[in-house]
Amino acid sequence: MHNFTPVSALIGGVIIGLSVVLYFYSTGRLAGISGIFENTITSTSQKASNLLFLIGLVVGPVIIYYLIMPNKPIAFEITNSYLLIITGGFLVGFGTRLGGGCTSGHGICGIGRLSVTSMIATSIFVATGVITVFILQQLGIYL
Amino acid sequence: MNDKFISLISGVIFGIGLVISGMTNPEKVIGFLSITHNWDASLIFVMGGGILTAGPFFFLLKNKETSALGNQINLTKKQKLDSKTIIGASLFGVGWGLVGLCPGPAIAAIATLDPIAFVFLISMAAGVLAKKNIVK
Repeated sequence: MHNFTPVSALIGGVIIGLSVVLYFYSTGRLAGISGIFENTITSTSQKASNLLFLIGLVVGPVIIYYLIMPNKPIAFEITNSYLLIITGGFLVGFGTRLGGGCTSGHGICGIGRLSVTSMIATSIFVATGVITVFILQQLGIYL
Repeated sequence: MNDKFISLISGVIFGIGLVISGMTNPEKVIGFLSITHNWDASLIFVMGGGILTAGPFFFLLKNKETSALGNQINLTKKQKLDSKTIIGASLFGVGWGLVGLCPGPAIAAIATLDPIAFVFLISMAAGVLAKKNIVK
């Protein structure tokens, strides 16, 4: 298991958890990103707040990269196959809204609230993700 | 302190957490999903950290009816497990495995100004709108 980074992963996870707590305690809403994203593009209620949350998601990384680690370029190494990007993006958008949540909504907020539905949903999307990666590896598409 | 300000600050903190945790790096996510080849278990710690931090607060606040800003809290009904949840979660996992981006990191990736990040985000928006129009 190389590239294993449990400490930074745990610290990042706690910071995400603190954001979820601050947002819920203050606004009474759950910080499920796919839901906030859907409401930003389709709903008129809380539109400004939802959009500001999403802007914050972009500003946070910018702060980290430009102020704290100025010598490190922003590194999101995304595949450059547009077929994968477009298909993946569509499935993530469609699937999270049909399934009622994503990694944050089901994975952190839902499991944090001991929702059995969220535990099952999280197990399912991790399982289909694992199967997808396995198939792509067999086809030699990446790694 | 109003709703808009708290939303922005929450988003900034969330985005910082995503970067530090490594969730914004699709390679890291693919490494987690790759259990048969060089498995990287880090993401368990991200989710664990988030759940263990937020969980106790959700428990303490579970009977609260209004938030600190005076909004009504409507969490009494938990989402039911139905075929939509199962099919939706399955499709989301496939998309997650194809690229290594879930919604939070997909939005955070705009910080790179990489055209690919914009294409992913637009495709994700199309998926959200398609769901909205196809499934009631």
